[in-house]
Amino acid sequence: MRWITPGGLLRGGGVFGLLAAFPFVERTDWIVNIGVFTLMFAGLATAWNLFSGYTGYISLGQAAFFGIGAYATGITFEHISIGSGYRPFYALPLIGLAVALVSVPVAWVALRTRAMTFAIVTLMLLFIVQQLAFNLRSITHGSQGVAVPQPTFASNFDRPYYLAMLSVLALAMLICWYVRRSKLGLMLLGIREDEEKARGLGVRVTGAKLIAWALSVGLTAMIGGIWGYYLFYIYPESAVDPLVMIGAVLMAFLGGKGTLWGPMIGAFVLVPAQQWALTSYGATRLYLIAYAGVFVLVLLVLPRGIVPSLADLVSRRRFRATDRPDVRPTVERVAS
Amino acid sequence: MSSAALLTAEGLTKRFGGVVAVEDCTFSVPTGTITALVGPNGSGKTTVFNLLTGYLRADAGTVAFAGRRIRRPDPIRLYRAGLTRTFQQARIFPELTLVENLVVAIQQPWRTIVCRAIGRDDRSRAFELLEEFGLVQLAELRAGSLSYGQKKLLEFATVLMAEPQLVLLDEPTAGVNPVMVAAIETRIRELNARGLTFLVVEHNMNLVMRLCDPVIVLDHGTKLAEGRPADVRNDARVLDAYLGA
Repeated sequence: MRWITPGGLLRGGGVFGLLAAFPFVERTDWIVNIGVFTLMFAGLATAWNLFSGYTGYISLGQAAFFGIGAYATGITFEHISIGSGYRPFYALPLIGLAVALVSVPVAWVALRTRAMTFAIVTLMLLFIVQQLAFNLRSITHGSQGVAVPQPTFASNFDRPYYLAMLSVLALAMLICWYVRRSKLGLMLLGIREDEEKARGLGVRVTGAKLIAWALSVGLTAMIGGIWGYYLFYIYPESAVDPLVMIGAVLMAFLGGKGTLWGPMIGAFVLVPAQQWALTSYGATRLYLIAYAGVFVLVLLVLPRGIVPSLADLVSRRRFRATDRPDVRPTVERVAS
Repeated sequence: MSSAALLTAEGLTKRFGGVVAVEDCTFSVPTGTITALVGPNGSGKTTVFNLLTGYLRADAGTVAFAGRRIRRPDPIRLYRAGLTRTFQQARIFPELTLVENLVVAIQQPWRTIVCRAIGRDDRSRAFELLEEFGLVQLAELRAGSLSYGQKKLLEFATVLMAEPQLVLLDEPTAGVNPVMVAAIETRIRELNARGLTFLVVEHNMNLVMRLCDPVIVLDHGTKLAEGRPADVRNDARVLDAYLGA
């Protein structure tokens, strides 16, 4: 696999250039607001993919760290005067790093389980964090929530949040891209394919999984931090919301888990559609049926997700267009 | 043939509930040999492999490799020490290319995990082995697209990436066509001539008699016989175990 290809560079630069230009071209608040949510879910799905897509361990508990990131921002505002405006964004890497480090011992225990058990353990983790958010009143103020001071941006209010979400998404994509092309990525894919076999080949499976987990959690917490700052109020129900995680996971599945662009494409298809349906048909709740219909359609037509299904289609066409090498075994070929 | 034992198992015992899969099993694999571990179905051969390589924990007994007693056999540490294995059903990484399958098996220090997945040296080593195993034309294909026999060859090639001292082959020719059996036999002979030691579980007795020396026979989890192929073939207890005569 080549490290950087001109096509890949052009694709990445083009997509993120267009996304960065979007809030300067389109200034309507509600549209930029949809953009913020789209980027948030794209970032969450990409961060989830970094761990679950590459290792095959389906985590349903990343929303716990999204909530912890949001609370970390709110609590930082309360106890440390970090200022308003753009300055809280600069604290995001520290929040991400701290949450990632704290999550490692938890992951070390959770990763002793596999498959469905791991998914359920991580889901339980989410509910434990939600209960802690309700009950640790001295820190989280329980169901009253944590208030975050409203910033006074000179420009369009949503734009700074949009750009902050875009920056974290770009960072998540960069990390995913780098990991996939590194030895760590190869180790993770080996674990996903057959963990026992990987162990038998000397792959340090626990260490590799923990690194991927920490990177994923750190990015998730950073996104949670921006989200907390965006909403001004952080409540347990909304900060540690299973639906946020389920939404992000579904987007990753829709786009193609384990691929670089899949989760982002899944979010870019689903979130605007969801928001549009919600505004247009929200009162009747019919949009939920349409939402379910999208997933049924994807399962029937593109069961592996958009990106892998399209890649299969392209490779099948290329395969038909070229002669397949003669791969039949012969004694001469195999044993000579 | 050198008489020094590269691998020694002493008193290995493994129970699954009330079933004794392996009981007080003692044997050794001399350095430089192709040792066979044979026995009827359910005699405990694969369980012994799993105990030796740390995939199962023994209830009793010890394992020593290259003169060192392994207190708690662990696949990762044993692989790094030079003991590798294949599985009864060919286990490969189907979504990875053949080259990637091989490169995963290179021992990587932690500091290199951020380096490029397949470095120049990794690629050249992988291609060298693929060439040797007649799979070089398929190097960039997904391993899942290979035939079963080719998957067996790929798995065999993979465990050689770390330049081991001892390879445990679990039924290397099971479900493989005669052309591929000949190829696998040739590879084992060549590698053995270069000094690599093998412990082979195999049901193809013609191959065992041609290729292996010594031969260890298991039955009901215990060692029944051990010795030269001709002696083992004529052992009444072995005939009884295989044929129920």
